[in-house]
Amino acid sequence: MTKLIVLIVIVIGVLALAQLVRLYELSSKLRNRREEDIPNRENRLNATLLLVFMFAFFASFIYLMLEYGWTGRGDAASAHGVETDSLLNLNFIIISAVFFLTNGLLFGFAYKYVRKPGVKAYYFPHDNRLELLWTVVPAIVLAVIIILGLKSWNEQTSDANKDAVRIELFSKQFDWTVRMAGEDNALGYFDYKLTNENNPLALLTTKTIQDAIDSMEMGSTGIKAMEKKLNNGRLMMIPEDRQKMITTLGRKERLVRLLYQMKARHNKGLDARAMDDVVFNANDTLFLCEGQEYEFNFRAKDVIHSAFFPHFRAQMNTVPGMTTRFKFTPTITTNDMRKKMNNNKFNYILMCNKICGSSHYKMKLMVVVLDKPSYKAWYAKVSKLNPAAPDACKTFKNIYAVGKPKKVEAPAAEGQPADSTAVAAN
Amino acid sequence: MAAHEAHAHHDAHGHEHHEEGFISKYIFTQDHKMIGKQFLMTAIFMGLVAMMLSILFRIQLAWPGEESDFLSFFLGETWAPGGVMKESMYLGLVTIHGTIMVFFLLTGGLSGTFSNILIPLQIGARDMASGFLNMLSFWLFVLSALIMLCSLFIETGPASSGWTVYPPLSALPDAIEGSGLGMTMWLVSMAIFIASSLIGSLNYIVTVMNLRTKGMKMTRLPLTIWAFLVTAILGVLSFPVLLSAALLLLMDRLAGTSFYLSDIIVGSEMLENHGGSPILYQHLFWFLGHPEVYIVLLPALGLSSEIISTNSRKPIFGYRAMIGSILAIGFLSFIVWGHHMFVTGMNPFIGSVFVFTTLLIAIPSAVKVFNCLTTIWRGANVYTPAMLFSVGLVSTFITGGVTGIILADSALDIAVHDTYFVVAHFHIVMGMSAVFGMFAGVYHWFPKMYGKMLNTRLGYAHFWVTLVGAYGVFFPMHFVGLAGAPRRYYDYSVYGDFNQDSLDMMMDLNEIITVFAIIAAFGQIIFLFNFFYSIARGPKAVQNPWRSNTLEWTTPVEHIHGNWPGAIPEVHRWPYDYSKPGAEEDFIPQIVPLMEGEEEH
Repeated sequence: MTKLIVLIVIVIGVLALAQLVRLYELSSKLRNRREEDIPNRENRLNATLLLVFMFAFFASFIYLMLEYGWTGRGDAASAHGVETDSLLNLNFIIISAVFFLTNGLLFGFAYKYVRKPGVKAYYFPHDNRLELLWTVVPAIVLAVIIILGLKSWNEQTSDANKDAVRIELFSKQFDWTVRMAGEDNALGYFDYKLTNENNPLALLTTKTIQDAIDSMEMGSTGIKAMEKKLNNGRLMMIPEDRQKMITTLGRKERLVRLLYQMKARHNKGLDARAMDDVVFNANDTLFLCEGQEYEFNFRAKDVIHSAFFPHFRAQMNTVPGMTTRFKFTPTITTNDMRKKMNNNKFNYILMCNKICGSSHYKMKLMVVVLDKPSYKAWYAKVSKLNPAAPDACKTFKNIYAVGKPKKVEAPAAEGQPADSTAVAAN
Repeated sequence: MAAHEAHAHHDAHGHEHHEEGFISKYIFTQDHKMIGKQFLMTAIFMGLVAMMLSILFRIQLAWPGEESDFLSFFLGETWAPGGVMKESMYLGLVTIHGTIMVFFLLTGGLSGTFSNILIPLQIGARDMASGFLNMLSFWLFVLSALIMLCSLFIETGPASSGWTVYPPLSALPDAIEGSGLGMTMWLVSMAIFIASSLIGSLNYIVTVMNLRTKGMKMTRLPLTIWAFLVTAILGVLSFPVLLSAALLLLMDRLAGTSFYLSDIIVGSEMLENHGGSPILYQHLFWFLGHPEVYIVLLPALGLSSEIISTNSRKPIFGYRAMIGSILAIGFLSFIVWGHHMFVTGMNPFIGSVFVFTTLLIAIPSAVKVFNCLTTIWRGANVYTPAMLFSVGLVSTFITGGVTGIILADSALDIAVHDTYFVVAHFHIVMGMSAVFGMFAGVYHWFPKMYGKMLNTRLGYAHFWVTLVGAYGVFFPMHFVGLAGAPRRYYDYSVYGDFNQDSLDMMMDLNEIITVFAIIAAFGQIIFLFNFFYSIARGPKAVQNPWRSNTLEWTTPVEHIHGNWPGAIPEVHRWPYDYSKPGAEEDFIPQIVPLMEGEEEH
């Protein structure tokens, strides 16, 4: 019903407009006025409106800048982020000046030099000095911007220090998984073909290779079972299903061949590299230590995602088939940031910032920055190497030894701000 | 009598005086003026569709999860069960909105319409070099537009991996529904669109190079023609790269190749593809994608330069510098594409090269802006609707341009990449500047296209609603982006988990933005009414309503095949002799020979 009314209103509006236009045309005809002749009164009105618009436009810019500016992100919470912010402020000052100057000139001239009876436009086809001026001045300003920007860019993208803690962020539709390097501060190698439910991050060890081969060959969907089914002359199958099974079987056979090659070439010495890695469950909060440099290694299982840490001014795409890296040093603990923002529910976050599917907007990971003592206490709990230790043991060795990964509760489980405060208070 | 003369001068079009049938006159026409109008109509229709799509998803962004009759009316139960838009449809709408706007409205509508109408008329040619190819270009455009529109109505939904359709998301139907049939249709449609664009561009280049009338030196061409020429060259050089990107993607999807795919497990399916790189696609895509920005912008800038000069009654300031900056922008646009990829993990050194080249583009852009400002300075400005839109274009080009400096600076881009700051930036440049250029062109050349006048006052109303509405949409959007809001999010509920204050602010701004978007959309009804009403019943136009110098205003108001009834006029001067001292009138058309002792510019 409402739709109908709206529709009727629009139709009546258009009809009314048509009548008005006809009236206007008739009166134009009576006064012998042609459409292309803009009367001075209307011309001046538009010139004035342009000037009024300029003031409104500038006022709204200033208002938005004061009211919103960086709202929501607060101070940069990382070492390089502080520099990003100051560079951004400098750039904003430059571009705001340009914005005010050129928009001001545009609307100012448009207002001032409106056509006046008897005044002819000034014939001014070119002026080399002026043109040189606005080639050289922007060039100099841009040179400054480029030099400062590249300096900061090079620092941000250079390799991490040796003692930076290596962390892997593994992305898939629609969650993140954290893996921390163990005692050796080196992340174990991986190969996507080793993925199975016991080894979701596809880490590479002698045992995981064998398990991958086994799970590819055995089980109800394994190669052997499939072959048996397909060779069973008495089994009736829908042709499409049969064709699908043949395709899957072919693929699995080729993959398993690659796994055998991997097995043959595998260097057992590399196992240790993976065994001490601390593997978390998908969605487990990422804990970081204040003042510690981190090198993040990003991986993607299915499509491109992007690791976006708005508060640390950090971002890097995660790309299937390759590892990307980004480093930063968190400098403000979660608790300090809460005080700064005057919001005791604030948390750091890792969001996905590259469209990755329909639940893209839900793909996030809570991030907690602890001060040194509480971080140490937390780390001691999660990284114990003792297999007999309680649930908190999460090294790959322990998880893998018992088969399925256990659901382990971190001190601050997924996105529970209250818990992380508790930890921070420790 | 005149007709016989034309015949004598114009053998190639010997058939022109036959009565044309409806089909060959209005549908399969080879006349550049009619083809230009066909492009315009198609583009206006596509633009309306894309604008409606944007209103639908703006409603979702401002009032997420609220039941809306409006949504259920347009999307039905499948896509908006209970009046709440589905997540996958949201992404589909965003994708198709972007695709239609960039390719079908701004590329096809701007370059297709105005290159077709203005190139032969302004250089003094009877028609395009090849009328048949021109017709083919238009019908391929229609075909691709139809395929794109059809993809909105299929069961699995349209392509929904963003208008850039990055693989692997766009290659794997298991990753998102829209990557099934919808994506195939997208790719097929784009392949046809590229063919259309290539044929058109080649035709434009050949026509400008070869068919200029006597005396029309390159340095006497109006800036519009320079802009169309460089645009066409950019299109010819860059669109084939997009075609190859699309074909490789199509092969990855249909033939099991691994150009863009490597080490992927989607759902529980382990794929064999190994060795490809999703980043390769991005390089190929943006090798077109960045020149594309200028394919969209240069015609708009060319049109507005011409309109500003005419309506300020002054020569365009720094004509040669303007040509130089068009060429410089054209050249530089090919070596900046990497600035879309600063956070893909590219080599930092390559990143810094792209920072350098990208920021260089600011120089010719600044030259263009300052030259326009100087043209307006001490002019006798007449505010026709076309002139208002051109002034608006200069303003938006500045506003959108300066934020580009932040995004081009890789160190800063990291913090705002893929946020609404980017969305605001490119909408102000492409959505506002280019569309304003298009409106300016329509208002200015409407008398030439249809022989009628548009209603000026409705034009004013349209301009002011559009200017305020569109700035109202895209200006606050910068601040949503600075707060860190990623683009292509169905809603921002995730902010509630970590910073409620931020969420509140974002929702405030999102509501304001949507309200302005709805106002701006309603404003377009004024234009549509004015446009169609004036075609049918507008007052008849005179031959040269804006007292302009260029050649198109020497043709008769009634369209004829071959444009000029007699000989093609000869050109004696540049097109910008406005208010020249010593001249009686404040304009001297290009066909007027130099006076005794008069210096050419």
